[in-house]
Amino acid sequence: MSIRLTNIAKTFGRTTALEPLDLNIADGELVGLLGPSGSGKTTLLRIIAGLEQPDRSRTGSIHFGERDVTNVHVRDRRIGFVFQHYALFRHMSVFDNVAFGLTALPRRSRPSTGEIRTRVNRLLEMVRLEEFANRYPAQLSGGQQQRVSLARALALKPDVLLLDEPFGALDAKVRQELRRWLRHLHDELGFTSVFVTHDQEEALELSDRVVVMSNGRIEQIDEPDTLYRHPANRFVFEFLGDVNRLEGNVQDGELTCGDARLSVDLPDGHQELLMRPHELKLLEAQSPHSRLPVTVTSASPIGAEVRVELIADWLPEPWQATVRHADFERLHIKRGQRLFVEPRRWHRFGNAETHDQEVEILS
Amino acid sequence: MSMIATLTGTASKRVLPGFGLSLGITLLFVSLVLLLPMTSLVGQLAGLSLAEYWAIITEERVVASYMITIGAAAVAAIVNALFGLLMAWVLVRYEFPGKRLLDALMDLPFALPTAVAGITLATMYSSSGFMGKLLAPLGFEIAYTWVGIALAMAFTSIPFVVRTVQPVLEDLPQEIDEAALTLGASDALAFRRVILPHLWPALVTGTGLAFVRSLGEFGAVIFIAGNMPYETEITALMIFVKLQEYDYVGASAIASVVLAVSLALLLALNLWQGRFIRRLHGGKG
Repeated sequence: MSIRLTNIAKTFGRTTALEPLDLNIADGELVGLLGPSGSGKTTLLRIIAGLEQPDRSRTGSIHFGERDVTNVHVRDRRIGFVFQHYALFRHMSVFDNVAFGLTALPRRSRPSTGEIRTRVNRLLEMVRLEEFANRYPAQLSGGQQQRVSLARALALKPDVLLLDEPFGALDAKVRQELRRWLRHLHDELGFTSVFVTHDQEEALELSDRVVVMSNGRIEQIDEPDTLYRHPANRFVFEFLGDVNRLEGNVQDGELTCGDARLSVDLPDGHQELLMRPHELKLLEAQSPHSRLPVTVTSASPIGAEVRVELIADWLPEPWQATVRHADFERLHIKRGQRLFVEPRRWHRFGNAETHDQEVEILS
Repeated sequence: MSMIATLTGTASKRVLPGFGLSLGITLLFVSLVLLLPMTSLVGQLAGLSLAEYWAIITEERVVASYMITIGAAAVAAIVNALFGLLMAWVLVRYEFPGKRLLDALMDLPFALPTAVAGITLATMYSSSGFMGKLLAPLGFEIAYTWVGIALAMAFTSIPFVVRTVQPVLEDLPQEIDEAALTLGASDALAFRRVILPHLWPALVTGTGLAFVRSLGEFGAVIFIAGNMPYETEITALMIFVKLQEYDYVGASAIASVVLAVSLALLLALNLWQGRFIRRLHGGKG
């Protein structure tokens, strides 16, 4: 079921939680709402769910498919909602929790006790908790509780599944596992899902499309790949990963900053360039394009790469570079070593007049 | 063997200091303030034979007073359970001007001397009082009836319900009722199946405390009760009457009944609540 939001805004007293926005989510899509806390992502999700009402002063509307649900109560919207802290009914067994939605149906549409039993057992099988049916939530781990909460939300076969920071309270490994499992479940059952997260990795890994939000505004909506490669603005760029900053004056195609310099194809004047850690190359000598001398302050192997921290007297704050283990070994990188940096690629975001620009330097 | 001994030896050394001293003082205090008077009460009964004791506590007038006291206390407790729950709900779930003041007012029955409350209620609901005048034409008589007794009992024991339910309600995240609503539950169903079961232990405990408190209430009740034998005499008054007649043994005998009932109720409540809470926190229950 597709979701269409038109001109939706929300204010709490005098603070604006959401500026007027439009959003279209296609049928069967898995969309992540990504943003820092206070960006309005949870408010947006709760408005879709019907747990929050958008401002009445605007003629906004919410459609699920062709159905206008703007004034439909949350209980009649046919959504499944998963809360960050699970919100399980602690006095009910796992089975009763999952069965709740079915038993809450009005008598005429309620399935028989036997059918409820079959359906709940099937759901518990799906979340691999069939042996835990008679346990109470307090006897389960966080990951198991969140799976119960998912099964409970799916029991009524909702058109739309909404998840509010579903994995936020879990530890890294469980989170990873549940993420993959949710993706799998989504592809298998084909419902439309929207989830909220402040973890860019989670958003990029799990979503078909990511909606990046800040200060109650949508900054960019794109597929993870496009989002990462072509961020619409500086906020998106900075939010999606670590950033190294180079500020300086450009004159005759060369940017200088203290005793550092870099050939750039930019007009004269003050410029700020941004680079990702993996876009920095470490060299033993300066190159024809650049002379960016740095000193290594630390090198830590993190998974497939080595993260190197660099300082220099022309840098107001240290840079981060990630290098492959092979390069790390070849350069014999150790603390205190003096090296040169060569950016493979850099990004520049101007104000409204100048266009965002990124340049790939071929070497 | 010796290693186990050393291990347990070090393990029994508590990290938190002051256990012996604080427990000692607590026990001393409990003995002086609670146990000693109760022991002497039971000691008073030593002079009675079982038959005499039975005769005192089953005297017709006394039995009538049990009925009145228990009936009025039960009505007061049930009324308090309903309104106390509502007040706790209002105080926790909504924001409104004057909320702090209302919250503070909840404790007033504890702070006010009960006799003051009794006199105030009696004058207000007597046939010449402000409320009495309003209700008399409608055929309601409150002062000097069991309704008045229940009213005075309700007044003095309402904080028990509010103050036991309130913290539990505060701990109940709003997400719980939202979850019920997203699953299609009506407001009534969400309250009955999701919220009430959480509040149940606190509500029952609060109501039980209110009931026990009402059983022993004296000051607030005697002014409004009218104290007519067989009609509006409460058990606490029977004890008082016996004391006035210097019948200390008789007073102790009746008091021992009130004490036994109260203790049994409190103990039962504690056991029941402990079981319920163990289930919520993952024990086998």
